[in-house]
Amino acid sequence: MNLLASDIAALWLTLQLAAVTTTILLIVGAPLAWWLARSESRFASVVEATVALPLILPPTVIGFYLLIAFSPDNFLGSGWSALTGHSLAFTFSGLVVGSVIYSLPFVVQPLQTGFQHFDHKLLEAAETMGAGTLDRFLNLIIPLTRRAFATAALLGFAHTMGEFGVVLMIGGNIPGETQVLSIALYDHVEALDYQRAHWLAGGLLAFSFALLILLYGFNRHKAMNK
Amino acid sequence: MGVAVMNGTLEKSIQLAIKHSLGEVTSGGEAKSSANFSLSLKAQLPGKGITAIYGPSGCGKTTLLRCIAGLEEVEHCQLNMSGDEIGSLPAKQRQLGYVFQENRLFPHLSVEGNLDFAYKRRFSDNGPSKQQVIDWLDIDALLERKPDQLSGGQKQRVAIARALLTAPRCLLLDEPLAGVDSQARNPILRHLETVAENLNIPMVYVSHNLDEITRLADHLIIMDQGRLVADGPLLDMLSRLDLDVTRQESAAVVLNTQIMGHDDRYSLTQLSLGLQSGDDAQLSVGRLSGEPGNAVRVRIPCRDVSIALERPSLSSILNILPGVITEIELIDGARAMIKTEVARQFILARITRKSMEHLQLETGKQVYLQIKTVALLS
Repeated sequence: MNLLASDIAALWLTLQLAAVTTTILLIVGAPLAWWLARSESRFASVVEATVALPLILPPTVIGFYLLIAFSPDNFLGSGWSALTGHSLAFTFSGLVVGSVIYSLPFVVQPLQTGFQHFDHKLLEAAETMGAGTLDRFLNLIIPLTRRAFATAALLGFAHTMGEFGVVLMIGGNIPGETQVLSIALYDHVEALDYQRAHWLAGGLLAFSFALLILLYGFNRHKAMNK
Repeated sequence: MGVAVMNGTLEKSIQLAIKHSLGEVTSGGEAKSSANFSLSLKAQLPGKGITAIYGPSGCGKTTLLRCIAGLEEVEHCQLNMSGDEIGSLPAKQRQLGYVFQENRLFPHLSVEGNLDFAYKRRFSDNGPSKQQVIDWLDIDALLERKPDQLSGGQKQRVAIARALLTAPRCLLLDEPLAGVDSQARNPILRHLETVAENLNIPMVYVSHNLDEITRLADHLIIMDQGRLVADGPLLDMLSRLDLDVTRQESAAVVLNTQIMGHDDRYSLTQLSLGLQSGDDAQLSVGRLSGEPGNAVRVRIPCRDVSIALERPSLSSILNILPGVITEIELIDGARAMIKTEVARQFILARITRKSMEHLQLETGKQVYLQIKTVALLS
């Protein structure tokens, strides 16, 4: 029973981490994706490459550099502890920072594609009707790119759920604080507790599959209706 | 044409002075091919009625309209709307309605949703009501539909309605009929006439189609290569022999007439060219429904007017008007344009140079104009 409680805590922590990360990524990613979709600056391709890095980089590499950045000797680590009194390494906040970077391309890229297909001429029309920037964003851009937003949110969420390498490097394995599902699964396998491992692995597999079916089903349905 | 000189009419007119250079910048999504296109223009437009901006494609008329709306980043823009300087305001604060060539309806909203989008953000409460606009443009039956379920003509009617619902101080229209098939054009022109009759705001109508312009406009601005060529009241402009508009194959003049009476026996209506004009200055057209005294605008193509020195007594042509030649211009080696005054209005006749010399036509000479076709414009 004790073990079961720790699994539920890991699940709950993972869901929280995914929700917080996805929310932050949508807020930060939308303007970034908008800029990438519209910018003609040469600098944009550098930014685009940076955003895409987590796609190909081993998560342990990201984790390693984050761990160094989080150390009290560094700007990020010292700045954070000066602001909050806590360290970033081995805390939930640290996991959020790591996940935001790790899942960034999964949110920014669908949004960028959505914004590229958005008909910018509509914004001019709205402008002549007196609509300001926020008004146009809320009432034209979001409803007309809602598929991109749904894709970005689902992919960002699902990808954060399955995070392992980064968490291992910066989060450690503190139950209730930094122990996420994938780490708990690893522990069970290490302890040769295959039955528990099956529960977690199977659960994650089913969940990820269900999310993707939801996503592609939704996109296909929308595309057919067009 | 200094702005200060025009102070007397400042109250009810639109004055603009715009300087704008386009490098390889894109305008409205379409790349300008010429790298050094520049627009430099000063003009005064009447504060009521429809002003047409006419010129060949690429002359900058759409860019001019976008500058007026505040959609282009310009070097210099002075825009005085009935005494208010709005040239430095962003587009969203200029309170001008804009009808784009490609309608630009919001695809996620129904027709009614599109109208509400504009109405919720209207610039003042003095504008027309939703129902009025829906009636003027006859879009009652379309309200539930989505833009992709509309024909080109229907879309443009909705776009015009949407622009009007913001209660703009002026309505700007950029070739609203360009993407509309030919059968749908006439109804839209009729709807625009209804709007112009009912709504007391000036409209600026960009077009390269003289037929649309002669039908709708009161005032005409002619542009070429980013510059103003000429401007003035439409009727004067259409009879100016120094302008390109009278050089075209389809050149035509427009006359303001009044219904004098009806001839029920032959199903005809008599139109008079002027109040003081005698029986001579009358045109007969197919029976109209209007009352005597009603104003009717007619259009007379230059190619359908011929000239005789004496009143032809035996002719099937009904409309023969006496006139005095005021100007003669050779078009090419073969043809000449003869401008004649009839009851203080002008009619152009395009005839051969051979006939001109044969009849010894010269300014001041009294002639008779035989008019084969008279097209009704309103």
